[in-house]
Amino acid sequence: MNLRILAATTGRILRQLRHDRRTLALLVVLPTVLLTLVYFMYVDQPTPPGQPAVFDRVALIMLGFFPFIIMFLVTSIAMLRERTTGTLERLLTTPLSKLDLLFGYGLAFGLAGAVQATIASAVAYWVFDLDTAGSIGLVVLISAVNAVLAVALGLFCSAFARTEFQAVQFLPVVAVPQLLLCGLFVPRGEMAGWLQAVSDVLPLSYSVEALQEVGRHVDPTGTMWRDLAIVSGAAVGALVLAAATLRRRSG
Amino acid sequence: MEDAVVVRDLVVDRGRRRVLQSISCTVPRGTVTGLLGPSGSGKTTLMRAVVGVQTVTSGTVTVLGRPAGAAELRRRVGYLTQAPSVYADLTVRENARYFAVLHGRGHAEADRAVADVGLADAGGQLVGTLSGGQRSRASLACALVGDPELVILDEPTVGQDPVLRADLWARFHEMAAAGTTLLVSSHVMDEAARCDRLLLVREGRLIADDTPDAVRAATGVDDLEQAFLRLIRANEAGREPAGRERA
Repeated sequence: MNLRILAATTGRILRQLRHDRRTLALLVVLPTVLLTLVYFMYVDQPTPPGQPAVFDRVALIMLGFFPFIIMFLVTSIAMLRERTTGTLERLLTTPLSKLDLLFGYGLAFGLAGAVQATIASAVAYWVFDLDTAGSIGLVVLISAVNAVLAVALGLFCSAFARTEFQAVQFLPVVAVPQLLLCGLFVPRGEMAGWLQAVSDVLPLSYSVEALQEVGRHVDPTGTMWRDLAIVSGAAVGALVLAAATLRRRSG
Repeated sequence: MEDAVVVRDLVVDRGRRRVLQSISCTVPRGTVTGLLGPSGSGKTTLMRAVVGVQTVTSGTVTVLGRPAGAAELRRRVGYLTQAPSVYADLTVRENARYFAVLHGRGHAEADRAVADVGLADAGGQLVGTLSGGQRSRASLACALVGDPELVILDEPTVGQDPVLRADLWARFHEMAAAGTTLLVSSHVMDEAARCDRLLLVREGRLIADDTPDAVRAATGVDDLEQAFLRLIRANEAGREPAGRERA
């Protein structure tokens, strides 16, 4: 890796984003619009005795989930474009290393995800009165790490798509099972054993658990840090797998 | 002086099709070598093998004394792909500056590379809004920005107006005079006359490897297009390929 090349690559990806005003606007506005929807869905629901309000429980998880799906989609399309327009092949004939490129994407879109998570969290706390025991900073941190995980998975999955039609279909493949099994709909402890086992190997389960820890506890807990470490590890693992899909030579 | 590129018995299969059938040729240093042949003849595959991005079946490709694709060559070889591979959502200048950093160069070199391909006035324009010819020149600027020792250009003058084409060829010769080696593909025969040496490829075989004058002399016609036609017919009749002896 070369820091100058990594910085230039990160800057280049952010510059591309800056020229695409509509995508920028969508990145900023979309989670807020979706949160608004969630707010009005649950605003009149009674709060179960002895439990957090339904909106608090659901919105907290959505703060982690929205950047995840959006960054996954943006990254897999961006990387697919690198592959199909020939820029990837060209980059690999230059002194740039594969990790410069992948970490460049991780940093650039991770940053975009962090900004997105910050805006969405600010809206959730100050417009919709989201109530958590722990701090908003931890929520943003977990959501940002989640966004980096999504970027890494997007980089990896783009290798298996030849067209943008195929690439977008990886979104339900990657995101929906993780959302269903993360503990939002059925607590993980109450699932059938095999479902729990599947849930245990899906990284999003851990970011959801980390967010729930922030919801319940004033101070960051050991479980939360462990979960965050697992999600970060999964992101690094996906980046390494993505590196293996980048071939300098092809047929 | 050793040749910049030495290709020995290169065979490339793509799927079940044999794209290059045992090609051997050399590219001398400090020259402009033209790679001529019809579309689908294997020009791009041969260039990709020299850059080191092509999986080869057998044979060797040595570039600047190293096996093609060696990590060290990535800073010494510049490659222009046939389809312009630049970022459509960046400006010309931003593209050139990015590729400049990859090659360890700065903004000044990037801006000069943009000016050298005649895009100084369009530097602030998004590549996606350029015409086809401008876009391919933006791509060319990114290939030349690192001031590489060997430049592989796949059809760099397609879609350029005649004046610009003449300018680009003049620039290629300036670079060669300064010691750069250029391998330039084209399917336009009038460009063949501008090259120091010619490689003519057809259906994956090399049918000529010589200077334009020697090709003219060997075939007895002045027009290179006619000369190539004769070479192709002679080749199809099963005779030995014309051109210089190869070791």
